[in-house]
Amino acid sequence: MRGVASKLVATVAGAGFALGAVAAMAETPQAGGELNIVVGSKIPSYDAHIESTFGMIHPIRPFYSTLIRVNPDNPSSPTDFVCDVCEGDVPEGTDNGTTYTFKIRSGITFHDGKPLTAADVKATFDKIVFPPEGIASNRKAYFKMVESIEAPDDTTLVFKLKHPSGTFIPSVAMPFNFIYSKADLDAHGHTWHQTNINGSGPFRFVEHVQGSHVKGERNDNYYHEGKPYLDGYTALSAPKMSIRLQAIRGGRADIEFRGFPPKARDDLVAALGDKITVQESDWNCVLLVTPNHKTKPFDDPRVRRAMSLAVDRHGGSKYLSNIAIVKTVGGIVFPNHPLATPIDELKANIAGYSDDVAGSIEQAKALLAEAGQSDLKFTLLNRGVDQPYKVVGTWLIGQWRKAGMQVDQDVRPTTPFYASLRKQKDFDVSIDFNCQSIVNPIADVSKFLPTAGNNYASFEDAELEKIYDNLLRTANVDEQKILIRQYEKRVLNDLTSQMITLWWYKINPHRSYVKGWKIAPSHYLNQSLDNVWIDKEEKKRHGL
Amino acid sequence: MAQTEIAPLESNTLPRQKTIWDAALRMIRRQPLGSAGLLVIVIMIFGAVFADYVVPYDPEIENFEYMLMPPGTIDETTGATFILGTDSFGRDMFSRLVHGARTALLVGFTASFIGAFVGLVLGVGSAYFGGYVDLIFQRVMDVFMAFPLVIMALAIVAIFGTGTEKVIIAITIPFIPRCARVVRSSALALRELPYIDAARSIGYSHTRIVMRHMVPNVMAPFLIMLTAFVGQAILLEASLSYLGLGVQEPTAAWGLMLQGGAEEFAESAPWVPIWPGVAITLAVFGFNLFGDAVRDVLDPKLRAQN
Amino acid sequence: MYSYIVKRVLMLFPTLLGAAIVVFLLLRLIPGDVCMLKFGGEGGYVDPEQIKMCQERLGISDSKIEQFVDYMIGFATLDLGVSMWTGQPVTEEIWIRFPLSLQIAIMATLTSVIIAIPLGVISAAKQNSMTDYLVRAFSIAGIAMPSFWLGILIILGLLIGTQAWSGVPWMPPVHYKSIFDDPAHNLSQLIWPALATGYRYSAVATRMTRSAMLEVLREDYVRTARAKGLIEQVIINKHALKNALLPVVTIIGIEFAFLMGGLVVTEQVFNLNGIGKLFVESVTQADYTLTQALVMLVVFIFVLVNFVVDLMYAWLDPRIRYS
Repeated sequence: MRGVASKLVATVAGAGFALGAVAAMAETPQAGGELNIVVGSKIPSYDAHIESTFGMIHPIRPFYSTLIRVNPDNPSSPTDFVCDVCEGDVPEGTDNGTTYTFKIRSGITFHDGKPLTAADVKATFDKIVFPPEGIASNRKAYFKMVESIEAPDDTTLVFKLKHPSGTFIPSVAMPFNFIYSKADLDAHGHTWHQTNINGSGPFRFVEHVQGSHVKGERNDNYYHEGKPYLDGYTALSAPKMSIRLQAIRGGRADIEFRGFPPKARDDLVAALGDKITVQESDWNCVLLVTPNHKTKPFDDPRVRRAMSLAVDRHGGSKYLSNIAIVKTVGGIVFPNHPLATPIDELKANIAGYSDDVAGSIEQAKALLAEAGQSDLKFTLLNRGVDQPYKVVGTWLIGQWRKAGMQVDQDVRPTTPFYASLRKQKDFDVSIDFNCQSIVNPIADVSKFLPTAGNNYASFEDAELEKIYDNLLRTANVDEQKILIRQYEKRVLNDLTSQMITLWWYKINPHRSYVKGWKIAPSHYLNQSLDNVWIDKEEKKRHGL
Repeated sequence: MAQTEIAPLESNTLPRQKTIWDAALRMIRRQPLGSAGLLVIVIMIFGAVFADYVVPYDPEIENFEYMLMPPGTIDETTGATFILGTDSFGRDMFSRLVHGARTALLVGFTASFIGAFVGLVLGVGSAYFGGYVDLIFQRVMDVFMAFPLVIMALAIVAIFGTGTEKVIIAITIPFIPRCARVVRSSALALRELPYIDAARSIGYSHTRIVMRHMVPNVMAPFLIMLTAFVGQAILLEASLSYLGLGVQEPTAAWGLMLQGGAEEFAESAPWVPIWPGVAITLAVFGFNLFGDAVRDVLDPKLRAQN
Repeated sequence: MYSYIVKRVLMLFPTLLGAAIVVFLLLRLIPGDVCMLKFGGEGGYVDPEQIKMCQERLGISDSKIEQFVDYMIGFATLDLGVSMWTGQPVTEEIWIRFPLSLQIAIMATLTSVIIAIPLGVISAAKQNSMTDYLVRAFSIAGIAMPSFWLGILIILGLLIGTQAWSGVPWMPPVHYKSIFDDPAHNLSQLIWPALATGYRYSAVATRMTRSAMLEVLREDYVRTARAKGLIEQVIINKHALKNALLPVVTIIGIEFAFLMGGLVVTEQVFNLNGIGKLFVESVTQADYTLTQALVMLVVFIFVLVNFVVDLMYAWLDPRIRYS
């Protein structure tokens, strides 16, 4: 990641926005009360270093601290990071941006009573960055630039990097970097945390009934003054969206942190009126269409471009967005980010983004005819998850149909879906996705590189590699913009190696007595719950 | 089988032989419920066969202009009419319901016929050959009978992918042992009859004896199982589609129409989940009424009571 | 008789072994494994090295034969291992869900008895009358209605109904508490699925009651009772019902056993953390150890119940040949 200046990161402006929660800011938080959360996914293990699902972040994150985190009072900004167990401001890189020195707060204790020192943070990052032989670490690749981690004394932690990197700090801020106690790692080994919890976060672990719920209670020794406000919380497992929705509607839950489609929001508001507060934000997740370049006729760029041309993204944004958790038309970069291409430029330069829908469809038909594929039939591989996968898949099929393509959908449970997409690569065309916690465009767009480990389109292109290489080498934001535009045009238009559908849109309607929580552009972020509180008067008004 | 929430089938004893017409006439006279069931089935078959002529719209055409329109919506300018409303993709509910009948019957009939027929052949064969063949065959049938159906279906979908054919396979497999078992117990009694012995001693081939002499004599339990299967298959298809393991969008199928948005938006658009539910209930109701009647007519023990 | 029992017991083993082989093979035929799923996450880059490590740790990369032998030894020694998804012991995972499934089975069976016996008796007593037809239609409707649809309607009806009535919408709890800890919470959650399931399962029992009653009503002693001039009510209650109950009890027993294996669809609709939901989750997560144990549990219940039923019939009906 050489050359990505931290300056870039500092200049990036906030991308999300919140509705409804504005008035809450002026109020004084009240202590007490229990929060009920509904969670739509399951907990594979408690060790965030090896997991990657929000299903474990939502219930487990409040038990742990991290070194730094997104600012809980301004989580919509992708660049506003604050210290959690460190003190003062998030450090700037010294030694030409290759040394980061963190000052660790003293007086923090783990829930088992042992003090938290720099040695614990070092042991934690050693586990993440340099896991011992045979120990898994899911985000090792994000820390390739780290050369060493040292803790010269109890309050100092030093990261030495191989080269300056703009992606280092965002990587440290990832919510998965739970801080573990060195004593636990030494005594119980590196897999103990998969089934045991001992953190230093705002809440203490009470119980976890598999498949049912996780319960936490207030940590009275929490180091952030006066926090947490809640006495405790319960994260209830509810895999079906309709149940989660009804749970909020029927007072069984106060909030859900992933997101609902607008129609569901409208139904809730219609039923409960001002008892529901709605927060909304753009969401750093997007579904892609990945054609398999190794199968005919998807090796033909005309066919791929025709597929992209046939998709009316603006219509989708207007209509599909009512029933699915997607909305924003964008290119390969998270919309509204300074590096993102403005919509007018996309409309002018990229196939399938034009306002002239009929024209695009005619063009698509012509391209298909030219490629000898006027009666193209294929199967779309999709993941067995309703929102937004199946809804978007069904919408795409309807769009392609308008240009004469006959498409079936093969929806598979996640495990065989991954196997088909990633390992066997035996699909024609598949839905794929790019979903990140911290907004970090230059790292995020590596997904479209043919040599990236997570690009499943099976193609080669030297030019893309060259552009991306240059992108990594420049620190100049204007240059980055130019390069990223080139890269985007090559991916989406010239090669149409993959297609962007619509960016996700996060809508969190919740009971209006839940205060203090602010929406972030990712469902992984801002889930410590230390600043969340319940307005008791307001809750009484709800009859609960 | 418990996971399917389909009640276990009762076994049936060997009935006396009867001509089909005789049975049919008897049924209409004596079985008002069965005849009502038959009426539902006939309407359903008519709708499924002539779906393309009956429905006003292509069931798969998405038209977001008409998203979630309530029943009886008429667009003044274009004259577009949606008598049962539209779903969240703006597709006409009525058209999807009628085409859904096609999917339901396709799955219902194919799975039942194949399942019952294979069961018939295996059951009679097993009884005829007896000995070790029968013993081993019985154990294999036990395994498939005891194996949880949803797990079988999930595995089939996970291995081969989703789609109408895979649903049919998943539903057919558990039907085979159920039919085979009933047919076998009827056939066991036949095996000892003098004329089968005689046929064997004349030197008729196994196939001939089985097909000409044994199979016709176990038609009653076979038909009872067959009619009982159709309703079950329709319900199973709906359940599997509801679980996301069956027929997939954009194909019109009743279970699928109850899933996802239908459930999530049920409060403001109740017509989306209500119609397919009514359709499934009516269809299965019809087949079950009919099946009960067939059983009453073909099963001499019950008939004697009337 | 004893040799029959021994023979029948011996026959249980091939079935169990067969089921074990089928589930073992099916699971391994499914592309992908629990490691790909765990590390797949939300589309980020996955280090193939990590996946390999995970597979080695869980024994997925061993040869199929080794895995099968391990699996069989596990069963023989009653050591079911740990769930590949959660790392918790398989027995514990099942035990957490068991009380809920058991309670639903009991409540649903009770519901079905309460519905089936009176309806079946009325239906038989008034054979071929309008009442008979209505009762039969009502009970068949129970089978015909998809349980998930009924579930959706129940939850929606409760939400809308309570809000209209009291202004505060109410829905059943979404997580389980034991009936001993919090009976109100427990019952207000489980009564709905129990009603829906019980209604559904009452259909077969109703039909059984009806036909058993019809048979008994034609027996000689009932005729004698009639001839003696006993009123119909007494005949039905005292003489006929008692004798008709045996096959009904049998069918109810079988249904109860099946219900214990969990209700896949109903548990989804009502968000119940029972055996049925665990089943679906363990298969979709490619959790080999847990799925294998669950399949064996369900198959075992199935063969056991069949065995008991066969024995009962053999014992009751001397005409059955023990061959």
